[in-house]
Amino acid sequence: MPENSAPTTGSTPVVGTARVKRGMAEMLKGGVIMDVVNAEQAKIAEDAGAVAVMALERVPADIRAQGGVSRMSDPDMIDGIIEAVSIPVMAKARIGHFVEARILQSLGVDYVDESEVLTPADYANHIDKWAFTVPFVCGATNLGEALRRITEGAAMIRSKGEAGTGDVSNATTHMRKIRQEIGRLSSLPADELYVAAKELQAPYELVKEVAESGKLPVVLFTAGGIATPADAAMMMQLGAEGVFVGSGIFKAGNPAQRAAAIVKATTFHDDPDVLAKVSRGLGEAMVGINVDEIPQPHRLADRGW
Amino acid sequence: MTGPTIGVLALQGDVREHVTALAAAGADARPVRRPAELDAVDGLVIPGGESTTISKLADIFEMREPIDKRIAGGMPVYGSCAGMIMLATEVLDGRPDQRGFAGIEMTVRRNAFGRQVDSFEAPVEISGVPGEPFHAVFIRAPWVERVGDGVEVIGRVTGGPAADRIVAVRQGNLLATSFHPELTGDLRVHAYFVELVRAA
Repeated sequence: MPENSAPTTGSTPVVGTARVKRGMAEMLKGGVIMDVVNAEQAKIAEDAGAVAVMALERVPADIRAQGGVSRMSDPDMIDGIIEAVSIPVMAKARIGHFVEARILQSLGVDYVDESEVLTPADYANHIDKWAFTVPFVCGATNLGEALRRITEGAAMIRSKGEAGTGDVSNATTHMRKIRQEIGRLSSLPADELYVAAKELQAPYELVKEVAESGKLPVVLFTAGGIATPADAAMMMQLGAEGVFVGSGIFKAGNPAQRAAAIVKATTFHDDPDVLAKVSRGLGEAMVGINVDEIPQPHRLADRGW
Repeated sequence: MTGPTIGVLALQGDVREHVTALAAAGADARPVRRPAELDAVDGLVIPGGESTTISKLADIFEMREPIDKRIAGGMPVYGSCAGMIMLATEVLDGRPDQRGFAGIEMTVRRNAFGRQVDSFEAPVEISGVPGEPFHAVFIRAPWVERVGDGVEVIGRVTGGPAADRIVAVRQGNLLATSFHPELTGDLRVHAYFVELVRAA
C-alpha cells in the first residue's frame, strides 16, 4: 500500500496521505451524511446537524423508479451545493469510472463515493483509489468485499444495504455479516489466517491486521434503506460508526424534522428514552419497497464485487 | 498511581481515538454525553469532528451551560480541530447560529487551509512539548487569526504555503490545536494535557 508508508519528515507539508484520507472519515464518526439533490436540501441537511452531504442528481428511490443509466452529477449542481454549505460535500462516481472521479476531485469535493447506486462503468475493475488526493468511500456487503476496496485505496467503507427502498433489512444483513466475519477472524489461530485470506479473497496482510485489531483499518458507516431514527440507532448498535441516509429524508413528509431526529438518534443510539422522544410526530416516512419484491437483476447491492 | 479522570465530549467525532490516547497517557478516560457524566470528570477533551454538528447537539442535549460553568470554574479543556473551534470566542466562516463554549479569547477561521484535498501532514514545534517537532495531521483544519491578551501561542506551521500560521494555543487551563495528535500515536500533547489536569 504505497501511501501507508510514513510521510516525509521534512518541513514540506504532504497532502493526500492515507492518514489524512482515513482521518477525514474519523471526524465524521457518530454523524449522519445525507443525500441531497440541490442547494436548498443541502441547507436543510446542514441545519439539521448533518456532518456532511452527498450531492447527487436523483436520490436512489428516484433512480430506481425512473430507471435508465445513472451517472455523476452535473458539476454546476455540485458547485451550487459546495457554495451553499460549510460542511463537507461528497459526491458519487460510477464504479470503475476514474474520469468521473478526477472531475469530482477537481471540483473540490471532499469525499468521492464509488457507488453501486449509479450504473457501473466497469464490470471488472474498481477505481485505483491510491492514485487520488481526494479520499474514497466504497460500499461492501461482506468483509472480503470491504478489504478488496481498502486494498484499492478506499479510506472509508459503508454497508451497501439496498438503496432507495426504505427497507433496512439488507443493511442489517451486511452489518451483521461484516461484524461476524471480523469476529471469526479474531478467534482464529494465526496459522489459519492464510486460508482465511484465500477464502475472503483479500490480501493476507490486511486480513492479519483485522484479526489482530478486531476492526476494519478504516471507518465503517452504514447505508441503504435507513428511513427512521430507530433504523439509524439499530445500525449504530450493530457496529456502524455513522450513518448515510439517502432517500429516507427527502422522500419523507417532513424532511427537516426527520433529518434532525435521525441526527439525535445516531448520537444517543443506545438510549431508548431519547429514541422514543425523537421518534414522535415525524409524519409520513418514505413509502418504501420491500427488498424481497425487487427482482434480483434490479438489486443495487449486487453491483460491485 | 491513578491518573486524573478526563472526559471526551461524545456528541460526534473521533471520540474513541482521544479516549485511547488519554488512557495511554495515564488518564482515566471516558466518553461524556450528559451533564451528570460531566460532573464526574476533572478535565474535558472536545474531539475532532464537525463543529456545526457538535454545536447543535451541545444545545439540544443541554451540555452547553454545564460546560461553560465548569470552564468558568477552572476545569481544564483541550480541543483538537473542531474542538479548537468550539473553544474560540469568535469563529470566521462558520454558521451564523454556531456557538462555541466560553473559552479562549481568539478568532479562529474554519476550514482555513482549504477543502479535504488540501488536508496535510507537517511538523509543528510546540513550546512546552519536549523533543522532536510534533508530526501534525491537519484535516479541513482551522487556524487562529487573532489571539487576545493572556493567550499564549505555542505552535505554528513551519513550512509550505501556510507557514507561520498559528495552530496551537493555550490560555490558562484551556488548550487548543488545529491538528489531530489523537491520529498519530504520538502521545506528547495528550500527556501535556493530562499533566495540566493533574496540576489544576
